[in-house]
Amino acid sequence: MAVPAVVQQPLSLQMLATFRRFIRWLTSAQVALALIMLVLMFYMVVIPLYRMVETTVTWQAHDLTRVPDAVVGELTIFHYVRMLTGVLGRIYMYTPLQHSMTIAIGATLLSLLIGGSLAWLVVRTDMPGRKLVNQLALIPYIMPSWTLAQAWLVLFKNRLSGGTPGVYEFLVGHSPPTWLAYGPVPIIICSALHYYTFFFLFVSAALMSIDSNLEEAGELMGASRWRILRKITFPLVMPALLSGFVMTFSKVMGTFGGPNILGTPVRYYVVATMIRGSMGVGDKADGFVLAIVLILFSVITISLNQRLVGTRKSYETIGGRGFVAQVSKLGKKKYALRNAAIIFQILVIVLPLGLLILSTVMLRDGNYSFSNLSLQHWIGARNTIYNHGEPGVLRNPKIYKTAWNSIRLSLWTAFFTALLGVLLGYAIVKGRGTRLSKLVEQLAYIPYVIPGIAFGAVYIAMFIKPLGPIPALYGTFALLVIVSVAKHIPYSSRSGVSAMMQVGRELEEAGQIAGANVWQRFRRLIFPLTSAGFVAGFLLTFITTMRELSLIILLVTPQTQVLASQTMFYIENGDGQMANVVILILISIVALANFIIGRFRGGSLKQGLGM
Amino acid sequence: MDTTITIKNLTKRFGKVVAVDNVSLTIEPGAFLTLLGPSGCGKTTLLRCVAGLEDPQGGEIYIGDKLVFSYDEGIALPPAQRDLGLVFQNYALWPHMTVYKNMTFALEIQKLPKAEIEKRVKESLAEVHMEGYEDRYPREMSGGQQQRIALARMLAYRPNVFLMDEPLSNLDARLRMDMRAEIKRLHRVAGATTIYVTHDQVEALTMSSSIAVMKEGVLQQLDTPDRVYHYPANLFVADFIGNPKVNLLDGTVYGYGAVNLGKFRVVADTHNAPEKVVVAVRPEDISISTQPVPEAVEFTAYSVLPSGADSTIVARLGDMEITVKVAGISKLEMDDKIWLKFNPDTLNLYDKESGKLIVSKN
Repeated sequence: MAVPAVVQQPLSLQMLATFRRFIRWLTSAQVALALIMLVLMFYMVVIPLYRMVETTVTWQAHDLTRVPDAVVGELTIFHYVRMLTGVLGRIYMYTPLQHSMTIAIGATLLSLLIGGSLAWLVVRTDMPGRKLVNQLALIPYIMPSWTLAQAWLVLFKNRLSGGTPGVYEFLVGHSPPTWLAYGPVPIIICSALHYYTFFFLFVSAALMSIDSNLEEAGELMGASRWRILRKITFPLVMPALLSGFVMTFSKVMGTFGGPNILGTPVRYYVVATMIRGSMGVGDKADGFVLAIVLILFSVITISLNQRLVGTRKSYETIGGRGFVAQVSKLGKKKYALRNAAIIFQILVIVLPLGLLILSTVMLRDGNYSFSNLSLQHWIGARNTIYNHGEPGVLRNPKIYKTAWNSIRLSLWTAFFTALLGVLLGYAIVKGRGTRLSKLVEQLAYIPYVIPGIAFGAVYIAMFIKPLGPIPALYGTFALLVIVSVAKHIPYSSRSGVSAMMQVGRELEEAGQIAGANVWQRFRRLIFPLTSAGFVAGFLLTFITTMRELSLIILLVTPQTQVLASQTMFYIENGDGQMANVVILILISIVALANFIIGRFRGGSLKQGLGM
Repeated sequence: MDTTITIKNLTKRFGKVVAVDNVSLTIEPGAFLTLLGPSGCGKTTLLRCVAGLEDPQGGEIYIGDKLVFSYDEGIALPPAQRDLGLVFQNYALWPHMTVYKNMTFALEIQKLPKAEIEKRVKESLAEVHMEGYEDRYPREMSGGQQQRIALARMLAYRPNVFLMDEPLSNLDARLRMDMRAEIKRLHRVAGATTIYVTHDQVEALTMSSSIAVMKEGVLQQLDTPDRVYHYPANLFVADFIGNPKVNLLDGTVYGYGAVNLGKFRVVADTHNAPEKVVVAVRPEDISISTQPVPEAVEFTAYSVLPSGADSTIVARLGDMEITVKVAGISKLEMDDKIWLKFNPDTLNLYDKESGKLIVSKN
């Protein structure tokens, strides 16, 4: 090979060239954007996590009451020893952890049963009314997760707390046993009835994506139906099942509302309620230890799942569609099954809402006579006898302010999440194959493995005091927005990536050739082309933020109260009926937003989950 | 418009894969150069380097007198400053803009006067015979129409250099024929220096003024279509160009002026040839007869494949198989005895070891 005559350049010119190449790399749109995203995620995710760990391994001012000679700021394993050993360890850690596990596993299995069978009925059978069942299946997820718990209480509560009888006692005549009214059984049932949506969505997507030809091939070769199910269908649905498992399990582990409503009255504590308890009495470090354990648990479950599925990104599931699924003939049973499915859905949607409405129009809780019907909790004037002197919700300026906070929070969160989605999608897709892009994608995944309540705890650690140029944001509205946006990052990056994948790099390159600068390319090409995904992402984030409780319960203050947290405070205050009014208002707002989503082509709950 | 494109020692790697390997070539002003090769040979990457969409790891690119890329100096002008237009394989028409908006996007960014923009849109649409389509959206047009609009969008920029990345690969066979003629015509009218990427050798042969054949990132041959077809620089190019494929026959040089192919010998210019050679002969360069003729070798017609304008005959002698192409519809029957005659002037000899063409003529 001919060696080209290379003239060795002087060192200064070589350095100049290297510098120019570096600047060009740095200022290319995807690199600059990826770096900005890295800084942002560092600020929103990595530093908070670090601060949380730091708090648990140093002496805090609060500890001086217990260990007088401690030096605040010095390293110590005191908090870990305290929380993980001895009697305190049992009370604070092991028993709640056991409870959390019981609930998470129980709820996950029950969700699998419900969601899986509904998905199969809808996708792979000739059951009439499949479309209706399909639509109804998503509604429980739209309602706040603790709605069912609250409704459960209206129905089954006994005299154990509050001293007033539930509807069940009124109808049947004797009080329901405590195991039915409070504790693990109702928590599992209520959680499962909320979270089965994940399984329903994942499994029905998987079932839809299975090419019936695969199964038909098996059939032609003479395999029995059961054998086909076991050998072909099941392995294909397996990744979806595991994804649903992880999603449900980690959500239930980190959920606060249901266990607080149904568990706390009988001192059935889970890790989530324990964290809140520790934080409430000022033991931040202790609460953080619990949160860290919860995070580790979540991480282990998810990585186990990924080991089993064999892919790093199992939760994005199989999005394929378009195959004509082979339909199982149900025969005569099909009407019975349809009726069962629809009755079931009415039981989990209409009945709870009906119970909540009933409870809100009863002046005194537990008095089921007609004369007790009243709109006091809705529109009543201030009266010291009721609700600690608060006027009815619709006449209550505090509620209007809270509702406005909710809407404001959801709008801002939805906007930034959708925007971040497009930017993250751009940085990740355009940089595909580079280490930088991979790093951004992996960092964006972190909030996914942190349970909601622990994420809130992380943010307390970060923002309770100023850090460098970052002010102490605790108690501000901005903090709620930041934490909500941060928690949504995994979903927004997922949907951003899939939106960008559809745009195709040539469309932007054609813009480069045409001479458009980065800003023009984004404004004229990329934003318009991803707008459908942007709108869908916006509305879905709006809904999920509206009804989010676990994430923000630790961070709200009376000034930044939102509807979701307001209900919890009413409940804890013994004003359950007021709480139910607020829940109903919350559900109405969410239902309205959901209706708007339906109007937008291409918007669906699935997209919002980043599937 | 006299724009020479000069590429010097260009190298582009993706991780460990070398997509473009130290390629140097010069494209004369107004030339139509085709980058030809199988998929993954680096032809599209080379084009994207010229366009400024890829950042190479070595070499220089000049467009006209302008140094648009130099690794050693750390220079890389953005695409818009390279005075070129690019037609993408999938057209890359912006789906949310009408034809008019698609075409004026760049012109508005350049802040051209309104009248000039109108004029250019009109002229460019006329050149691709798409007048009256200004208000259509891309999805409202057929693939062929979108292709024309993609061309019109490029023409509206009035660039000195046309870059085209497999622009016809998504069209059906008939449309492709029509568009070849159109593009060749457009090139002639505009006179812009053109780089055209394709994996279709017929496209390359019919349209270009010169062809650069690439394989695994390395430039194999840069020549006129005529020379690429008749004097392929190596066995890869010989095998890649031509349909039906060239016959490649292993042989040993037999004395002076002949090659022993095992069953028979052929006369060939063996000047400069090593002992082991490969004889390449195009199917249409073999004459065929149904009667014994002097210096012809007897074969059997193993298969006869008439296809209208010409017929392909697969001839066999023992385990040796030779493809022959004749004009018109062949009257031969399978298993007929036939006599093949080789013309020494049409034979190319390759070094068996290096695969390179043995140049005997000065």
